Amino acid sequence: MRQPIDAYVLSKCGYVSLFAVRSGYRFRNFVREDFTMWERITEKLKILSDAAKYDVSCASSGGKRKNENKGLGNSANSGICHAYTEDGRCVSLLKILLTNFCIFDCAYCVSRKSNDIKRAAFTVQEVVDLTINFYRRNYIEGLFLSSGIFTNADYTMERLVLIAKKLRTEHNFHGYIHLKAIPGASPELLREAGLYADRLSINIEMPTEQGLKLLAPDKNREDMIRPMNYLKTEIQQYKEEIVKFKKTPAFAPAGQSTQMVVGATQETDLQVLYTANHFYKKMQMKRVYYSGYVPISTDNRLPAIGTPVPMIRENRLYQADWLLRFYSFNVNELISPEQPLLDLDIDPKLSWALRNLSIFPLDINKAELPLIKRIPGIGVSSALKIVAARKFRKLNWEHLKKMGIALNRARYFITCNSPDFEIKDYQPQQIKQFILTKGNSKYENTFSQQIPLF
Amino acid sequence: MQTLIYDGSFEGWLCAVFDVYEYKYANVTICTDNQRQDSLWGETRLVYTDKQKADRVVKGLKQYISAVAMQQLYKTFLSEQKGMEDMLLEYVQYVFREKKDIAKDYSHHAARYVDDTAHKVHREKHRMEAFVRFQKTGDDIYFALVEPDFNVLPLILKHFRDRYADQKWLIYDKKRKYGIYYDLHKTEFIQLDFDTQSSNKDIAAILNESELPYQQLWKDYFNSTNIKARKNMKLHIRHMPLRYWKYLVEKQPEI
Repeated sequence: MRQPIDAYVLSKCGYVSLFAVRSGYRFRNFVREDFTMWERITEKLKILSDAAKYDVSCASSGGKRKNENKGLGNSANSGICHAYTEDGRCVSLLKILLTNFCIFDCAYCVSRKSNDIKRAAFTVQEVVDLTINFYRRNYIEGLFLSSGIFTNADYTMERLVLIAKKLRTEHNFHGYIHLKAIPGASPELLREAGLYADRLSINIEMPTEQGLKLLAPDKNREDMIRPMNYLKTEIQQYKEEIVKFKKTPAFAPAGQSTQMVVGATQETDLQVLYTANHFYKKMQMKRVYYSGYVPISTDNRLPAIGTPVPMIRENRLYQADWLLRFYSFNVNELISPEQPLLDLDIDPKLSWALRNLSIFPLDINKAELPLIKRIPGIGVSSALKIVAARKFRKLNWEHLKKMGIALNRARYFITCNSPDFEIKDYQPQQIKQFILTKGNSKYENTFSQQIPLF
Repeated sequence: MQTLIYDGSFEGWLCAVFDVYEYKYANVTICTDNQRQDSLWGETRLVYTDKQKADRVVKGLKQYISAVAMQQLYKTFLSEQKGMEDMLLEYVQYVFREKKDIAKDYSHHAARYVDDTAHKVHREKHRMEAFVRFQKTGDDIYFALVEPDFNVLPLILKHFRDRYADQKWLIYDKKRKYGIYYDLHKTEFIQLDFDTQSSNKDIAAILNESELPYQQLWKDYFNSTNIKARKNMKLHIRHMPLRYWKYLVEKQPEI
C-alpha cells in the first residue's frame, strides 16, 4: 500500500525547507517508498561529497561543447562559479566520489582503507540523475567525478567512463565533465574517457617521490606519470587534427590537470614549484593545484589534528604559479636553492622586484608590456590598459590612479609624466616596510599565524 | 540648457543623440520623463523614437568603433545609472570628433566611465548566470526570481537559451517587473500579474513534487562540500554578497 506522507512528517526529518512547510505545501503523491529513496540518496550524497571535497579543482572553463539538437547544456568558455562555500571556495561542479571504498591506504586521505568511516557507493543512475537535476536548476556547470579504488584500477575507471558516456549519449548532456583518471588504468579506458570528458586529471599527490613513498606506500609514481604522458600525447594529437579536420571528435578539450598536497611532508616550495613547472612545460598541463594539507589523521607521519592549514603558503604558491603562467616568469627567478621557501609576508612578485631593484624605476610611458607586467601592483589587465591608454596621451599619477592601478605598491617602481616621483634611493628593506605598513594583508585577521594564548 | 526627454529605451537614446546633431545643440542633457528637472531657463523637447534614426547613429558609430565597444555602450546604458545618458553622449561626441576608436583611451573621463560601467554591468550579468536558481513547477516550467543591480536580462537571454534548450524556463526580474520566458521554441519578454507581496511562499505552493527534495539535496551538498578547517566568511561574502542570498536555495535557513 502506498501511503501519502505530508510535508510535516518530512520536515521532521529535515527534508523540507522552512518556507515550504509554512506555506502548507503538501506532497500529494509522495509515498513512503519515495521517502526512503530520498533518504538513501541524501545519506550517500553527504558521505561521498564530504570525501571528495579535498580535491581542489573546480574549474569549469575551457570546455567548448555547444548545445546540439536541442539537448541540455553548453559550456561557458570562462567557466561559472555558481556558489561559494563558507571557506570561500568556488562551487562550480557537483564534486563527488562514485564510492569511498578503497583498497589503498594513503595516510593523507580520508578514504584510506584503515580509516574507520562510513562507506557508500552511488549507482550509475543515481549520479546521472543528480547531475541532470542539479544542472537543470542552474546549480552547477557539470560533474567532477572521482572514486576510491575498488577491485582494481580498470574496474573503477570503467564505471567512471560509463557515467560520462551515459550523460553524453543517452541524455544529450553538453555540460562540463571532469573525470579523475585512476592511476594504472589502461590506455583504452583513458582514450574512451577523453572522448566524453572535458578534463581529465591524475593527482600526483606529493611533490616528490620520497614523499609519496612515505605516505602512500601502495601507490607508485610511475603509475601516475604513464597515463599523464598518454593523455598529453592524445591531447596534442587532437589539437593538431582539429586544425586540419573540423569533425575530429573532441579529446579532453579542457586539457589535463593535477594536484599536490602541500605541508603534509617536508618538501620545500622550491621542490613544489619545480615539480609544477615540469608539469606545465613538459606535460602541457592546464593547471597544477596546490592543496594545503588539512589534518585528518592521527598518523605520526603527518601533522597532528588541529595544526592550522598552511593557507598563506598555499596562497603564495598560487601567486607564484600565476607568475609562471601569465607573467612569463621563469621558475628560477622566483625561487632558488639558497632561499627554498617563498616569503610569507610579501607576495613573490614584490619579492622578485625587491631583489632586482636595479631594473627599476620603469617609465610607464615607454617600457615594453612584458616589463610593465613585472611591476608590483600592476596585473595583466592593468598592464594592457596602460599600454593601450598611453597611445592617446602620456599618463601621469592622476591618470594611473583613476585607472585603478595599485599605486601604494607601484609608485616605488615607476616614473610617469609627473615631476614628483619616488626616485629616492630606498633600500629593499625600506620599501618592504613602507608597503607592509600601508597595506593590510588579506590574511591578517582571518589567519593570523599567532597562536592565541588562551 | 536644452533638455531632451526620451522614452527610456536604447533606441530612444540613440534618437536623442541623432537630434543633438540634427539641431546642433551645444549645451544639452538627455533624460527620461521621470528624471526631468525643469528649470526656469531651460528648454525641453520630447524625442520621437524612430528606428531608422537610431540605425543611422549606430551605423555612424560602427565606422569608427569596434563591435566590442558598441556592446560596451549598450551595457553602460543598461546600468540605468543616473547621468549615464549624458556620459554616453560625451563618448559619442568624442568618437565623432576624433573619427577613431577611443574605447581604450582610459585617461579620458567618458571613455573610462563607459569602460568601468560596462565592466560592472558585465559582472552583474555573469553573477546572474551563476546565481539564478530555477525551481521546477507543477507544469514543468523552471522558474527563477531575480533582482539584479542592473537591467541585465537582455544580456543573459542568449546564455540561458543556449543552455536550457530542452526545458521551459522563466526568469523574472522582480525589481523591473518583467521576465524572459522560453517555451521550447522561442524566447519572449513577458510581464506577470505578480503583486509585490507574492514571494517564495507563493511559489512553493505550485512546485513540482521533486523540487523540494532536490533543493534539500543541494543544500546538503553545499554544506558537506565545505571544509570547516578553512572557514573564511569574509571571502565567502565577498564572492556571494548578502543581497543575493534571498533567492539562493543554499542560503535559505534550515528548520
